[in-house]
Amino acid sequence: MNTLDPRIKRLSLDPSTEVEKTNSHLITYEVFHQEKRGKHVTHVGIVHASNPEMALVMAKEVFGRRGKTTNLWVVKTSDVYTFGSDDEDMFETTPEKTFRDPAYYKVRDRIEKFQNKQKFEHEQRT
Amino acid sequence: MSNALKDLLYKMADDALIIGHRNSEWTGIGPMLEEDLAFSSMAQDKIGHAQALYKILNEVLGEADADTLAFKREEKQFKCCHFVEQPIGEYDFSIVRQFLFDHAELIRYDILTQSSFQPLAQLAKKVKGEIKYHVMHADTFVKQLGNGTEESKARIQSSLNYAWHLALGIFEKSEFENDLIAENIFVGEDELKKRWLEKIIPVMESANLKVPATDEIKIVYGGRKGFHSEYLKPLLDEMCEVVRTDIDAEW
Repeated sequence: MNTLDPRIKRLSLDPSTEVEKTNSHLITYEVFHQEKRGKHVTHVGIVHASNPEMALVMAKEVFGRRGKTTNLWVVKTSDVYTFGSDDEDMFETTPEKTFRDPAYYKVRDRIEKFQNKQKFEHEQRT
Repeated sequence: MSNALKDLLYKMADDALIIGHRNSEWTGIGPMLEEDLAFSSMAQDKIGHAQALYKILNEVLGEADADTLAFKREEKQFKCCHFVEQPIGEYDFSIVRQFLFDHAELIRYDILTQSSFQPLAQLAKKVKGEIKYHVMHADTFVKQLGNGTEESKARIQSSLNYAWHLALGIFEKSEFENDLIAENIFVGEDELKKRWLEKIIPVMESANLKVPATDEIKIVYGGRKGFHSEYLKPLLDEMCEVVRTDIDAEW
């Protein structure tokens, strides 16, 4: 699992790779799929596995068996940190704050223009 | 030279077809969903390799088309080794077989990327990534089971012991060995076997497995010459069952 990028561990075919000891239960790994080099990875699901190597080996056929794949990431599910579901109210008003969306004004103008045109044409016909 | 080439292509194609068919027998009954998918996909890959090799035999060397070669030949005409004919057994045997067989395949295809026979060199370049994954899959399982519980260690070791002399039968030499080497088509089975041992022994050691002792007399030969184990005929009967119901049907 040696790599030049200290943030990422890569699976290798090197026979000296150590196997991580596990108990008899399989755990789950979250799988992220990357379609093209440079594109961001997308969460696609989970696999059951006994260690990260096995998780990658399983993820390859479960999530990389169709279409284009450049790489896959696996992350132990228990290593994912998340908000509690009752904290969802923190995000409740965010959709209203459209002024934070940089594309908002431009798009809004075009939508209004289009809607006015539709309305005008409709009135002309009737 | 075309006989030497045909011999090489037939044995590679027949090995791939038969192991592909065997491994597909796990579809639906694999040990877990993820592994069921993975093993089934790899079985499909193998049948794809067989198809590509039959296609070269057909288009370049004038043999019959792929479907005919796969489904309408007699047992005697097959050149696969006994190892691939064996029943799937328990999962430990199927994993050990994949480990021993696919390491040989990966080295064989890797060498063939340099073959003077272009159609084969091109195919080897195309599919060696697939076989690399098959090896990665097998290595991961062998290491995991070899370092696992007492039961998994015992099972994987006994399957390895059972498989050993069958696996060595992969490298049965043909009468064309020297022609293939002289024409830079392939380095030959002896060289392949040497490189294979160099690859698999470190993996077995890291999996705490004992390398079985080789007894030359026990190596299971015959497949490359058309002499097969008792298991091939029933496999062919099953595989060809649908085709044989109407041999001239258009698919």
